Amino acid sequence: MVFFRKKKDMPDGLWTRCDGCKGMVYKKIVEERMYVCPECNYHFRVFSRDRLKLLLDENSFEEMWDNMVPCDPLNFKDRITYPERVAAEQQKTGLKEAAIVGKGKINGKELMIGITDSSFIMGSMGAVVGEKIARAAEKACELQLPLIIISGSGGGARMQEGVFSLMQMAKTSAAIARFREAGGLYISILTDPSLGGVMASFASLADIMIAEPKALIGFAGPRVIQETIRRSLPKGFQTAEFLLEHGFLDMIVHRQDMKEELSRLIDYLQQTKNVPCEVQV
Amino acid sequence: MTEKTVTELENSILEIEHRIEDLENASLKDNCDRSVEIKYLREKHERLQEKLCSKLTPYDIVKIARHPLRPLTADYVNMMIDDFVELHGDKRFGDDKAIICGLGRIGQERLLVIGQQKGKSTKERIACNFGMPNPEGYRKALQKMKLAEKFHLPIVTLIDTPGANPDIGAEERGQAYAIAENIYEMCRLKTPIINIVIGEGGSGGALGIGIGDKFAILEYAYYSVISPEGCAAILWKNSENAPEASESLRLTAKDLLKFGVVDEIISEPLGAAHKSPKAMANTLKSYILKYLEEIKSTPIDILIENRYNKYRNIGKYLEC
Ligand SMILES: [Zn+2]
Repeated sequence: MVFFRKKKDMPDGLWTRCDGCKGMVYKKIVEERMYVCPECNYHFRVFSRDRLKLLLDENSFEEMWDNMVPCDPLNFKDRITYPERVAAEQQKTGLKEAAIVGKGKINGKELMIGITDSSFIMGSMGAVVGEKIARAAEKACELQLPLIIISGSGGGARMQEGVFSLMQMAKTSAAIARFREAGGLYISILTDPSLGGVMASFASLADIMIAEPKALIGFAGPRVIQETIRRSLPKGFQTAEFLLEHGFLDMIVHRQDMKEELSRLIDYLQQTKNVPCEVQV
Repeated sequence: MTEKTVTELENSILEIEHRIEDLENASLKDNCDRSVEIKYLREKHERLQEKLCSKLTPYDIVKIARHPLRPLTADYVNMMIDDFVELHGDKRFGDDKAIICGLGRIGQERLLVIGQQKGKSTKERIACNFGMPNPEGYRKALQKMKLAEKFHLPIVTLIDTPGANPDIGAEERGQAYAIAENIYEMCRLKTPIINIVIGEGGSGGALGIGIGDKFAILEYAYYSVISPEGCAAILWKNSENAPEASESLRLTAKDLLKFGVVDEIISEPLGAAHKSPKAMANTLKSYILKYLEEIKSTPIDILIENRYNKYRNIGKYLEC
């Protein structure tokens, strides 16, 4: 399929480099293919709002709690202050925080959906991300809807929120536990990259675990592991395919098939509604 | 007189300790009375210790938490627990020596003890992987916790890890999944759980046995979302900025108490736990007995509801 390759005399702006095959590919075709390389099927990272558009029925998404922004409980400062970093990231991404949650539909089926965006401070989990995920689980419980969370997080924890960030692992896991105990269906979709505290909490606690092809998934980041063991990592280590082989995924799903697969899974598993959550005092 | 640095103070303290020892040995040999001099040195020793403790930076505290002579889980088990029965193995893959589990008694109380173990000698440290658990360690802990739940035993976890093991095997066996599952299950485990950080509370690796109803920390232990060195390497692009990262991360017992993340700080003997391990173990034991007493009277449903709310409500954000 040399057809998609950039020729020398073609203008640069229309082309983008694929991290999979390292070739230059035509941007428009990549976009039309849901940001998947036409040559090697590499799944490009997708901005969270675009991903919701790709996955959900047209105009079905209702965002919730979109006014939440982080505080600076530690007065954290590295080379810049945390508020400065947050402001810069907000400017860069147009997002208020790394997570977006809300209600949407897939093939007419209502569900709660959450997504973390790795372009906002590595998609790391601070109090806002933790709170939004917990609320999404509670809302799904209350409305008896399936819950889908798409993770993209290279950092895991939001260091600048210190121990509060760590505690979000407990918060989200506790909320997911209640939802599942009440009979709720939770599907987790792991995208490139899914690492650290996000993976060691809500992202790996689903009824069904799905990943996109070749996504980097794990607890420790590959660089940390390499520095610790002081030798190179095996080929394909910590990819979705590696996790599937070791038994940690239900399935790997191509982005273009994701909507239909989710629809099918929900049909199978959500035939009867959830048992309503007991209101616990 | 110029102010002494922490290292200088430490050296003076050690010097005095040696001199006291020499004087005592000399007196044993020749029966001369040197008690006045010894008393003077002891008083000076105490003053310097107090001064040292008041001067500690967060990174000094991190170093105390990692001190090679600091008592470890196995030491506390030996000094605190009667009739300890160690239980090995996760019944799936292996027996991770970085986590010790076992049944025992403190006074009249039967309990399950779970703790991360770093090891003292080089050989031990390697066997324990320096206290960095593998997935099988977390799964072993969970398996024993379910046992405790079934037979209505309270659980005490002693946290002391630089973090979960970051290596190839750990990833192959699902490190993230193992930690997540422990957090998930501990949130709803129907038996009282007490968590105490005795040394290093290293991020997710600590949290994997760190969910419960009472959360205490020793005075010179720390608890952090990332190691100061790791944080410095990412945010300062240089791990030598670990002292600054330690300041920024607010990882000391005092900070955690102020944030309401821990319920209580357990004081250490003068000069920290490694100076008088026995005294430390006695203090720790009395706190555990106190917590068991407090928790026992709460019905289990309420305990779990309180546990849920504690984690559900943690974290600050704005809605504007
Ligand atoms: Zn490609």
